[in-house]
Amino acid sequence: MRKNAGLQIFAWIVFAFLIVPLIIIVVTSFGTNSTIQFPIKGFTFDWYGKVFNNESFMNSFYLSLEIAFIATVLALVVGIPAAYSLARHKVFGRNWIKSFFLSPTIVPGLVVGYAVYQFIVIQFQFPIFQGLLLGHFLICIPYVIRVVGSTIEQLDFSIEEVSWTLGCTKLQTFIKVVLPNITSGIFASFMLAFINSFNNIPVSQFLSGPGVTMLPTNLMNYIEYNYDPSVSALSVVLMLGTIVLMFIIEKTLGLTSIS
Amino acid sequence: MSYVELNDIRVSYDNKTDILKDLNLSIEKGELVSLLGPSGCGKTTTLRVIAGLIEPNDGEFIVDGKNLTKVPVYKREFGMVFQSYALFPHLTIKENIAFGLKLRKEKKSSIDKKVKDILAITGLGELGDRYPKQLSGGQRQRVALARALVIEPKLLLLDEPLSNLDAKLRVAMRIEIKRIQSQLGITSVFVTHDQEECFSISDKVAVMNKGIIEQFDTPEEIYKNPKSEFVARFIGFENFFDLTPIEKGKYKTVDGTTFLSTRQWEPGKHIGTIRPDDIDIVSNTESTATNTVSGTIKVRTFLGKSYQYEIETSIGALLVNEVDDVIYQVGDTVTLMIPAHKLIIV
Repeated sequence: MRKNAGLQIFAWIVFAFLIVPLIIIVVTSFGTNSTIQFPIKGFTFDWYGKVFNNESFMNSFYLSLEIAFIATVLALVVGIPAAYSLARHKVFGRNWIKSFFLSPTIVPGLVVGYAVYQFIVIQFQFPIFQGLLLGHFLICIPYVIRVVGSTIEQLDFSIEEVSWTLGCTKLQTFIKVVLPNITSGIFASFMLAFINSFNNIPVSQFLSGPGVTMLPTNLMNYIEYNYDPSVSALSVVLMLGTIVLMFIIEKTLGLTSIS
Repeated sequence: MSYVELNDIRVSYDNKTDILKDLNLSIEKGELVSLLGPSGCGKTTTLRVIAGLIEPNDGEFIVDGKNLTKVPVYKREFGMVFQSYALFPHLTIKENIAFGLKLRKEKKSSIDKKVKDILAITGLGELGDRYPKQLSGGQRQRVALARALVIEPKLLLLDEPLSNLDAKLRVAMRIEIKRIQSQLGITSVFVTHDQEECFSISDKVAVMNKGIIEQFDTPEEIYKNPKSEFVARFIGFENFFDLTPIEKGKYKTVDGTTFLSTRQWEPGKHIGTIRPDDIDIVSNTESTATNTVSGTIKVRTFLGKSYQYEIETSIGALLVNEVDDVIYQVGDTVTLMIPAHKLIIV
């Protein structure tokens, strides 16, 4: 490939534009001043300690983990059979169903959150935790259907047929032949759904309640009244978590095949 | 009653056009029968009906006296080899082969022995612990065959198993399949669009066209005595011309010449056909004699062992292959001799 100097410089500018704010956040998390400041005057790990000792942060962190994990697992339980069915059977209105399942990625999170709040949580008197779970389940399901669905479509259908001829029922074939061959898709969709649920604000904003706050919402509320570097420190911790997950996806499936 | 019987099988996906039209086929025990035909003729559909992957709209399917029409695929116990081999990517070769045996809850020692035996029969010996993606095309083919055979199926179904192999390997594998099939005496159905492949391994061939069987005979019979124009075209007859029957064995062409044929004739058949190899070019005979026609050479093509001439005659364009030393030029007028014992009426 021919190198174009102008294009390269432009690419570096864009890259810097994306990465510099992140670097600033990382740097400010080590600052000694009681408000966020850049460049920093002194160097300290205190803010990290403060984050881990802050009960509200830790509670909402655990809640976020819990919700994201359960919602993702539920999405897998519902989404894998749905994806299989959409990929393999002539379901009536298949494309409509596909679009419908993908709609939460297209419809703004605010709308999803509001809709669930207005028409389900209030209507049916859902407890806060279950409401949050439902909202996050809706965030997760499109990723499962899309990623697992494309993995199933790439799987040679005749390996299922051959398994039937060897004496497997359709259910046995699904468990013994299909599932072992789509683990990469399941794993990748798990990661994607988990990250998206964990980082989500708009849906959580509507469905949180007294004492039940997700980490990103909690963080936003905190910033409104405080401006100390513990916010930066928490962001760095979350970024590290995301980087680790993304690294695992890249190693197992490659990001390009997902997006 | 034959071992395998398909009686009036009809398959239609939309109930308007039939993929298979009242198809009948009988296969004897131990035979290898091929379904031969162009793509879209229904040969794969027929195989899938036999396998139980497609349920026919009408008709019945009987094996060994038992009606299996409504029996689901996983209870039929037939071995099937797919065009793509369809090996399980997550299992080793041994595990692939043992898959069907494990479902039958056989003892581990018995499974191990059977897997070992079939690996030896199919010449896979040392490859048992590898994964499918580590094998070559020919080896995968053998694994697919071994996996289908190890369950000792009542029927072995092969769906174009050789079409993904290169030419040399294809010939070697078809001999191999024939050897194993006759060694184990297993009744088999083989789907292919390659007539040479099909003739070389089959006991009987069903030539299919548009959902019906045009002819069901031994390979020799089909090669020598095609019963319809379609079959003739499919197996290499390239010259077709109209004839008017006069009396037994005697016909007239459109230009009035008398053609004799010693081959059998059935009422209603009026198209003469002959292979390009079977026409002779005779330089200076009277063109009014029986079984001759004269014409002008339009195109000459070199085929290696012979020349092919496209000759414009009064009964239509004819293709002739000539090995002779005499090489004719484009534009030459020649007389063609159509031997009475090679002229087939379809």
